[in-house]
Amino acid sequence: MGMTLAEQILARAAGRESVKAGEFVVADIDLALMHDIFAAQVFDLLSDVGIDRVFDPDKVVIVIDHLVPAPSTEAASIHQRIRGHVSRLGINAFYDAGEGICHQLLPENGHVRPGMLIVGTDSHTTTYGALGAGGTGIGTSDMVYALATGRLWFRVPETVRFELTGDLLPSVSWKDVILHLAGRFGSDGAQYRAMEFDGPAIKNADMASRLTVSNMALEMGAKFGLFPADEVTDSYLRGQGAAGTNAFRADPDASYEAVHHVSLADLPPQVAMPHEVDRVGPVTDVEGLQIHQAFLGSCTNGRLEDLRAAAEVLANHHIAPGVRLLVAPASRAILQEAVDTGILATLVDAGATVLAPGCGPCFGGHGGLLAPGERCIGTHNRNFIGRMGSAEAEIYLASPATVAASALTGKITDPRLLEVAHA
Amino acid sequence: MPDDELRGRVWKFDHDISTDVLSPGQYAVDPVEVRKLHVLESVNPVFASEVEPGDVIIAGRNFGCGSSRETAPENLTALGVSCVVAESLSRLFMRNAVAVGLPIVVCPGAHEAFADGDQAEIDLGSGRVANPGTGVVLRGEALPDEMREILAAGGILAVLRSQSGQSLN
Ligand code: SF4
Repeated sequence: MGMTLAEQILARAAGRESVKAGEFVVADIDLALMHDIFAAQVFDLLSDVGIDRVFDPDKVVIVIDHLVPAPSTEAASIHQRIRGHVSRLGINAFYDAGEGICHQLLPENGHVRPGMLIVGTDSHTTTYGALGAGGTGIGTSDMVYALATGRLWFRVPETVRFELTGDLLPSVSWKDVILHLAGRFGSDGAQYRAMEFDGPAIKNADMASRLTVSNMALEMGAKFGLFPADEVTDSYLRGQGAAGTNAFRADPDASYEAVHHVSLADLPPQVAMPHEVDRVGPVTDVEGLQIHQAFLGSCTNGRLEDLRAAAEVLANHHIAPGVRLLVAPASRAILQEAVDTGILATLVDAGATVLAPGCGPCFGGHGGLLAPGERCIGTHNRNFIGRMGSAEAEIYLASPATVAASALTGKITDPRLLEVAHA
Repeated sequence: MPDDELRGRVWKFDHDISTDVLSPGQYAVDPVEVRKLHVLESVNPVFASEVEPGDVIIAGRNFGCGSSRETAPENLTALGVSCVVAESLSRLFMRNAVAVGLPIVVCPGAHEAFADGDQAEIDLGSGRVANPGTGVVLRGEALPDEMREILAAGGILAVLRSQSGQSLN
């Protein structure tokens, strides 16, 4: 019997010929990621247990991205402690405040290769599935165990496969696709499962789009959100100055818990409504709702392609009075490219406030929180109650084009209608 | 295996209770004594002050969805919650609950079968969940031995401590 991508990844990491869904394995970790919310605590716990080293300093990546720039003395002190631990433990892959969000920096800097098993103290570690890597979130205690031993237990997940067909309409992006899947299959539609995205449509999904989809696979409960490694993966890796890759695919006779065939051909722009990621419908369902803030950024949609899509909508226009448009590029490299290509100038001309590369207000820590009664539309991945400040604020999730169109009119707006108005 | 049978007073919650609700982001880096005061406050403002050691949470689908923050199950253990029974649990919450030693049971039908203040009887070994007040008995999923061993040790760090005594360092 053949293996799914998830089974292949865990079999190799466990040093086994083959594994099947449902088995427990102890697997070797290829890469361990921590960011500033948890790193200091993990390092302290490691010391508490009496361990003064990590299993392999070259397999550990530390990123300061959440509380950036430090919004409080406490945050600054935590960053200071992290820097101390990083140098004490000899960890070279350290990205300090302002370099960007972990889930952008790891692919961008060649840390992620197809087939790897990657754990992170962050739920959206699933993002690396875009490159065919088994990325998954763990908690701080599991991370202490992984750093100490280089190993961790895993249950081999069942896999749900999504066979995607059809070309996207203009102004529709892969953010709309994953929002649609979340709405259709639910926020626990892939609970404990690996998701595999395949089918003829994926050849048109560039790496930025795949990163968006794998990132939000987590919002359906997934353990992994995997794309096969193909020509798109190969050319992305080469573009980042890394070595190319061979194809990495599920075996043709692999066994799936379910296979869903989804046509993307007629999909309109989608929006997730408060307060669940799976309360999804066409943007036209909520069109006209007044907004106070628009957020363009996050590890879901803070890439150059996303800023460009927003800039195309906003070029030669100004956002509506009473709207705050916050832009947080996902990395310094993206910020630099946005400067070099004029995309940033377009956004600023349109009235955007540019934040430091990092998480920005995405998780409600700082940098653009909401008051009671305020409404925000953002490109990020969560709209839970209280996620961005007040529990009485509302968060809508959408694509960069929809967010930009909404900032322009001050109301939730389908970007396709704007094209008509602009014409 | 140690004692797998639990009994406690029920606090009932709905579907999709997220880690943002179990451990609000504003208190993310505060000590557990502060964090535990804000557990679930946006959906039940009295829970954190009135919950008693041994109480049980009964919830709907997708309990603990959201972030990887282990403070979500840790806050519940700090308040003395003895077990979480849910129609379904987010994968990360489940993993983290095992890691911090908080027993969990996935049990379809549990949300319907209990009201706030009921008593719940839970057998982790078999996955049996019962409401002695109504006589309803449900068959939840038994936890795999690998997870129960970590729970029995008191969490993954306790496992690491006992291993590192033997072989590490
Ligand atoms: S951008 Fe948002 S979702 Fe992504 S890592 Fe940062 S806080 Fe988490």
